[in-house]
Amino acid sequence: MKLFEMTNVIKKYGSRTVLNVPQLQLGQDLIYAILGPNGAGKTTLLRLLNLLTAPDSGQLKFMGVDTAASEATRLAMSRQMCMVFQKPYMFRTSVYNNVAYGLKLRKTGAREIRKRVMEALDFVGMASFAARHAFKLSGGETQRVALARALALRPRVLLLDEPTANLDPASVQAIERIIRNSRDQYGTSVIMVTHNLFQAKRIADQTILLFDGQVVEQQATNVFFTAPKDERTRRFLDGTMVY
Amino acid sequence: METLSSFWLIQKAEMLEIVRLSLAVSGSATILGSLVGVPLGAWMGMSDFTGKKLLLRLIYTLMALPPVLAGLVVYLLLSRSGPLGAWELLFTPPAMVAAQFLLVTPIVTGLSAAAIAAKERLIYDNARSLGANRRQAMWAVVRESRTGIISGVMTGFGRAFAEVGAVMLVGGNIRHQTRVLTTAIVMETRQGNFELAVALGVILLVLSFLVSSVVLLNADEFTAT
Ligand SMILES: Nc1ncnc2c1ncn2[C@@H]1O[C@H](COP(=O)(O)OP(=O)(O)OP(=O)(O)O)[C@@H](O)[C@H]1O
Ligand SMILES: [Mg+2]
Repeated sequence: MKLFEMTNVIKKYGSRTVLNVPQLQLGQDLIYAILGPNGAGKTTLLRLLNLLTAPDSGQLKFMGVDTAASEATRLAMSRQMCMVFQKPYMFRTSVYNNVAYGLKLRKTGAREIRKRVMEALDFVGMASFAARHAFKLSGGETQRVALARALALRPRVLLLDEPTANLDPASVQAIERIIRNSRDQYGTSVIMVTHNLFQAKRIADQTILLFDGQVVEQQATNVFFTAPKDERTRRFLDGTMVY
Repeated sequence: METLSSFWLIQKAEMLEIVRLSLAVSGSATILGSLVGVPLGAWMGMSDFTGKKLLLRLIYTLMALPPVLAGLVVYLLLSRSGPLGAWELLFTPPAMVAAQFLLVTPIVTGLSAAAIAAKERLIYDNARSLGANRRQAMWAVVRESRTGIISGVMTGFGRAFAEVGAVMLVGGNIRHQTRVLTTAIVMETRQGNFELAVALGVILLVLSFLVSSVVLLNADEFTAT
């Protein structure tokens, strides 16, 4: 069964079409990298997948089920995923409470919450920050706590919007290891937007290029970088690789 | 010594009475205004509907409503021949609360709406993505905007506590009944008791300061931004 299936999906802001995807299938247990220039529609795609917004037309299925469903069904679906935003919002409380938030919503038991929160913080190297106020973190620390907040939920799907954009090289490496581990350990599927081509090469099984709201290419990562089918992919890779 | 003696022109008991009534009237108006204004502002900050811009502009206009106009509206409603004249509330504390309510509500509504709208999308989406249902996510938005909401409520209280036009008009500055700090200041000034007027003014400021300090103390991490 496919994790996500999009058919003829169109998403507009006002009268402007920002996403137009005739066909897109994403499989389970895979790490996807989504590439594309600024404004291509990458974040919009993640928001659609996370059910934060609905397509204006077309169909989106999650695990074989149409997402145009009742509020309760959509909630049950979205609780199997978690998105880490490009600019995560930290709640006005401690780091610990931030990470515990999603577990409390799921009525997880107190002891289990404690265990999962500390484990997730440990994963991202932020365990010693548990008691700190989340507003007093640096950009990179915020991003790591946001990732921990998602990991603690052990979601089936992790949607990551440029998760390593603000991180130092060592942290980037650590995060990439975490992403691979959660896939290997918990079977988490990962859909990650990135501007870092090397990162896509390093960790993605499949790479997708979005351009102007359209999926230009979807390939196994090594094929994507060595023998892309679409002319635009070649130009994107060339153009970006110049600097 | 003249200052002191004129200070005691108003007896201590009477002074306490005036202070108590001032706090009670403005406090009630603020509580009632917040019960209406915070939910209304939250709703306006979070929803999108046609006419929202117009409604917001109306509320921003009402935020600057002259107190004497608020008083006039209540006066007309409650006067003998007015639609609510039968209630016989004119020149009573409830009428003063009603007039100040009209001043406080737009302020609390407008400032709550602004506080919530500032980061509403961001907070809502983060909460939803972490598994909140709609109601839980909206609650998260309100909770996260509490600093702005509380300062809106404080601003509303400050406005009510300091205004004189509305309470003068619908209260009438009746001794032992509707006299509050501001109307007492007006009266003492007119009678030339300047020291007393100034003393009352200082009491007004000190009380304002104390009330906001107590509220802000209870608003955890008011400064953590
Ligand atoms: N809420 C919105 N209202 C109107 N237009 C929007 C909105 N959100 C996004 N857009 C527009 O939709 C297009 C796609 O935006 P999106 O955020 O998906 O781009 P992106 O690929 O994530 O870009 P970036 O690499 O800069 O993050 C952009 O042109 C953007 O201006
Ligand atoms: Mg983006």
